[in-house]
Amino acid sequence: MKLLAITNGFHKAFESKTRLSIMSILVVNDSLDFNALKDYLDVSDGKLASQIKALEKEEFIGVKKSFVGKKPNTKYFMTKKGKKAFDDHLKALEHLINSRK
Amino acid sequence: MKEEQDYIRDIAEMRSMMERSTKFLSLSGLAGIMAGVYALAGAFIVYKVFDFNPDQADLSPRPVEVILTAFIVLVLAIGTAIILSYRNAYKRREKFWNPTARRVLINMGVPLVTGGLLIIILISKGLIGLAAPFTLVFYGLALYNAGKFTYEEMKSLGLIQIALGLISSYFVEYSLLFWAIGFGVVHIIYGIYIHYRHER
Repeated sequence: MKLLAITNGFHKAFESKTRLSIMSILVVNDSLDFNALKDYLDVSDGKLASQIKALEKEEFIGVKKSFVGKKPNTKYFMTKKGKKAFDDHLKALEHLINSRK
Repeated sequence: MKEEQDYIRDIAEMRSMMERSTKFLSLSGLAGIMAGVYALAGAFIVYKVFDFNPDQADLSPRPVEVILTAFIVLVLAIGTAIILSYRNAYKRREKFWNPTARRVLINMGVPLVTGGLLIIILISKGLIGLAAPFTLVFYGLALYNAGKFTYEEMKSLGLIQIALGLISSYFVEYSLLFWAIGFGVVHIIYGIYIHYRHER
């Protein structure tokens, strides 16, 4: 019962390992483009794109579009809402571990 | 519903992602050891074969060979570092040329290129004696600067090189000795330390 109560702090969006990884990377980096994210994660373009979309939909990450020369360049960054959700998730993990000691 | 060990795995994953996206940790201790060995060999050749002596006004009867030797040592050291770091990155299942590696390179590049150009200018003005001390100083600055984005130890390694460089620019007659200590001995010691601390 207790475990159930604690896990309420966990956000559904972070159940996927890739999404959790994207958030972990963006929390310590100002902004990164798609290829940079892909360099750190061992996933296909399609999977990464869909997970980014999912996080965008939650408004956890934002998109900055610009041009590098003539090439469009899209950069991702963590929003305030995303930072809060990530912090809450960490707190929930901390709770879980402390309660098990 | 996730199990407890799933959350533990999540934490490990988050930690690893934060670390690998901010720090370049594929750096190889072995590369440091090898760079030290090349440097010692280079210093020995320059001293024994080309009679390089910073104590004298004309330094060496064969300045071109001395500069060429230094250049070969540099190329060998960088080449070894790239190959071994590439192998390390592969073992860690990371890309070698990732944004973190680029950050390290840019942060080292600015002091190194500045130093390199300054040394070329000094040599062209005949101030060859200051070349060795200045390589130590600028290399130290580069390491200290890059320390934020790789193993923390790079900062203290950088400070040691800067100190050796400054001392040897005062005692120019011993500059080759200081150069051999900095690039040779200190590299080997740090290389062994990094290797045992982080690579096993």
